[in-house]
Amino acid sequence: MTLVKEIDYGTPAATSEVAITLQIDGKPVTVPAGTSVMRAAKETGVSVPKLCATDSLDPFGSCRLCLVEIEGRRGTPASCTTPVEAGMKVTTQSQKLAKLRRSVMELYISDHPLDCLTCPANGDCELQDMAGAVGLREVRYGYEGANHLSEEKDESNPYFTFDPAKCIVCSRCVRACDEVQGTFALTVKGRGFASKISPGDMLFLESECVSCGACVQACPTATLTEKSVIEKGQPEHSVITTCAYCGVGCTFKAEMQGNEVVKMVPFKDGKANHGHSCVKGRFAWGYTTHRDRMLKPMIRKNITDRWQEVSWDEAISYAASEFKRIQATYGPDSIGGITSSRCTNEETYLVQKLVRAGFGNNNVDTCARVCHSPTGYGLKTTLGTSAGTQDFDSIEQTDVVVVLGANPTDAHPVFASRMKRRLREGARLIVIDPRRIDLVKSAHVEAEYHLPLRPGTNVAVINAMAHVVVTEGLVNEAFVTQRCDLAAFNRWREFIQDPRHSPESVESITGVPAADLRAAARLYATGGNAAIYYGLGVTEHSQGSTMVMGMANLAMATGNLGREGVGINPLRGQNNVQGSCDMGSFPHEFPGYRHVGELSVRSVFEEAWAVGLKGDPGLRIPNMLDAAVDGTFKGLYIQGEDIAQSDPNTKHVTAGLAAMECVVIHDLFLNETASYAHVFLPGSSFLEKDGTFTNAERRIGRVRKAIPPMAGYADWEVTIALAKAMGYEMDYSHPSEIMDEIARLTPTFAGVSYDKLERLGSIQWPCNEKAPEGTPVMHSEGFVRGKGQFMITEFIATDERATDRFPLLLTTGRILSQYNVGAQTRRTPNVEWFDEDVLEIHPWDAENRGINEGDRVALTSRAGETTLHARISERMQPGVVYTTFHFPGTGTNVVTTEFADWATDCPEYKVTAVQVRRTMHRAAWQENYDALREQTTIVGAPAGGAS
Amino acid sequence: MDEQVMVHKVNQIALYFASYPREEAIPGIADHLLKFWEPRMLRQIQAYVAAGGANLHELVPASVRLTQRAPA
Repeated sequence: MTLVKEIDYGTPAATSEVAITLQIDGKPVTVPAGTSVMRAAKETGVSVPKLCATDSLDPFGSCRLCLVEIEGRRGTPASCTTPVEAGMKVTTQSQKLAKLRRSVMELYISDHPLDCLTCPANGDCELQDMAGAVGLREVRYGYEGANHLSEEKDESNPYFTFDPAKCIVCSRCVRACDEVQGTFALTVKGRGFASKISPGDMLFLESECVSCGACVQACPTATLTEKSVIEKGQPEHSVITTCAYCGVGCTFKAEMQGNEVVKMVPFKDGKANHGHSCVKGRFAWGYTTHRDRMLKPMIRKNITDRWQEVSWDEAISYAASEFKRIQATYGPDSIGGITSSRCTNEETYLVQKLVRAGFGNNNVDTCARVCHSPTGYGLKTTLGTSAGTQDFDSIEQTDVVVVLGANPTDAHPVFASRMKRRLREGARLIVIDPRRIDLVKSAHVEAEYHLPLRPGTNVAVINAMAHVVVTEGLVNEAFVTQRCDLAAFNRWREFIQDPRHSPESVESITGVPAADLRAAARLYATGGNAAIYYGLGVTEHSQGSTMVMGMANLAMATGNLGREGVGINPLRGQNNVQGSCDMGSFPHEFPGYRHVGELSVRSVFEEAWAVGLKGDPGLRIPNMLDAAVDGTFKGLYIQGEDIAQSDPNTKHVTAGLAAMECVVIHDLFLNETASYAHVFLPGSSFLEKDGTFTNAERRIGRVRKAIPPMAGYADWEVTIALAKAMGYEMDYSHPSEIMDEIARLTPTFAGVSYDKLERLGSIQWPCNEKAPEGTPVMHSEGFVRGKGQFMITEFIATDERATDRFPLLLTTGRILSQYNVGAQTRRTPNVEWFDEDVLEIHPWDAENRGINEGDRVALTSRAGETTLHARISERMQPGVVYTTFHFPGTGTNVVTTEFADWATDCPEYKVTAVQVRRTMHRAAWQENYDALREQTTIVGAPAGGAS
Repeated sequence: MDEQVMVHKVNQIALYFASYPREEAIPGIADHLLKFWEPRMLRQIQAYVAAGGANLHELVPASVRLTQRAPA
């Protein structure tokens, strides 16, 4: 194993199809027009010294180190800013150039500390490398002149330091923040000798910096350095793997010293992230070795008993014997399993296989139930497949971006940066969201239309947009005629052109000014390539599935499908939501989205798994909990999910869990659900196992083991052991063999193998005979279902409505620094940015209630009450309040209700009628929670415990 | 499942399909229930309909009866 160092070509690749041939140091080279001389040289193997250039940034030409000579030209132009020309003859090394470069380096080094041996960048410093490359042997200016060596370090950021004494003001950090991240938090302050990098005359931690790490990565010196590198030194080998946070699925290099991670660095060849990262993936990996990790299996008979540490064999055999006892007592359908969107495809596949083949029922579900299950239903119904249509690169061809019910800068930050780059290039933006999310107006990005709809009125808005398209003659008739079911389209056209769907008719329902809605619809239909990017603000509604179908209707009607730059793109929340759904985690579907009732499909699995399988759908998560309360569902194996925190109506969830006789938690930590568990099986983090994740663009990326499993086994091995103990043998020696089985049984994965993943880096399904290297853009030659299916999408208001008792609407979501239930990020220094869930409330609503910034407030719905601190914010419209669910003690889901999407049971997290009032006391639920948590998490000698 | 919750859920399904002509809506609802409702849930709604089916959307009883005739 070695340290992976990507080649830095100095400037970005040019995309022109025109080829230019020139000579560099006498060698011919042919490159696309627009390529810099520096890059052309590198492509022939010639490295031109450089400091301010790096190929993730546009050329800048400030360091004067990359000077070259060009025959017939005067002077010594900078090779980074000089584009190639046909017949050009370039010399990169000469005595004259060497002298110039040495002089430049002398100036830099005269104002730089000479502490290379003790510098954290020793061994990874471009300044040091360049001093060597130019043969610097002396600094004629001495070191006593004016300098910046006494500048104070900024160590405020928990993950990196800023040491201005080492800064050469090359501006790479500033440009990375601008061009790559799009935050514009850094600037060069002052002029000439007084120039210095500044995060706006304040500490980094207090600034607008989002800690994406782009500046640290771009820095050619030790000015911006990871604290982990300062503490540990340079890594000695790299393991290429996939991030375990959001659905962007960034590729990272885990840079290691032995079995210890030194830093996580975004991989330039990663096709989802192209070398960029966010604060979570880049820095917040410390949870993997946090002291809270539970590394011993544990059991207990009752949830009020202390946990008793036992051997793996004992824990597995206890779990299996309990499951068998329960099935013998209550019937074969009395147990089930939940797969994890944080685990690998292979692990997810095995859990659903265990349930279907080992438990003998279809009671398997996954956390997509509570996030993107409507995406699966809606896109399969209309287009034929349960997945987004595009790759992330498609955004580069988009002219009109619609962000609908999503907040990418917080939840999908790396893709948001690419989106912002495209917007800065001139693409136009429509934001449809009750909140004024950052994209509505941020540095160099402004939405042309922000439609601040009332929560729960998505379908009315999308119908009104479609109404405008149909009634103003903006339908792409050729596309519809060629690609869609015409009978269904004609029926839909008749439905949607009814005046009740007009923007003017629905304005009083949606709160969106009709003129804005009309203009936005026209822009979407006529502005060129238009792409919809959406999130849980679409799906987590009583009409989530209807809304997904409404978006598909709109996209089909305008021909915005089947090519680059367009499409319908769900921004998946967790790293492997797409994969867990692909792998058959839903109770009605086998891997590849095929219904368990289809005999021809079922028989294939029966033959492969050598067991009879049921053809009826199993229980969804909320149904499992209902059945538990009813007394017919008694045992549950949960891999890597925390339903007691993440799922709605906590009171009902915990009642269901408490009614079960054997809950097996397979997780890194004693999570909230573990308070109701009888068996705890230690999980393995993404660093501890091999496998694959599938991101939001259907991209299957490798997860590679960087360290051995801390508790002894990877999760897939534990599931195999549990299956065996249940009497169902699974025989795999490596996850690649599991993927081989998936490929054999799943037509859309038929061409996927670890060998191919090794060769291609990643693969977007479908990958089969028709598309042996995968499919970046779906539906390019026709919809997967054949003809696109327009569906009738009548707006039906949710039954969850503001009333005199509960006059406000609560909507919930996420923030940048925390992730989902916070199990990972709460155990990292990310808490320095966000250490509690707060209630965002509009100043008017706050004033009406006498609420001030920071006050503790009670948040009450018909489901329950909790308390948290108030943050007065104009991001909310009056009448709407917002919070997150990252901290278990907040109990956000104590307040959310059982209402859900009609088709998929995806909870209506985005609309809960609530009241807010000032309070001095924590809610009763919170007090009880503390006591319960204390009581149910004690590890120690058994007090009448399991034996 | 709590009876009120069940009635709410099945009525929501019916409200979606109610946009379609009755001859499509009823088999549409039945198909949805057969595809996504686990047998014990199906049995519960079937029993509820058989017992009179209070507060159900008018399309639901016929749809549920159709699920009884369909193969399991």
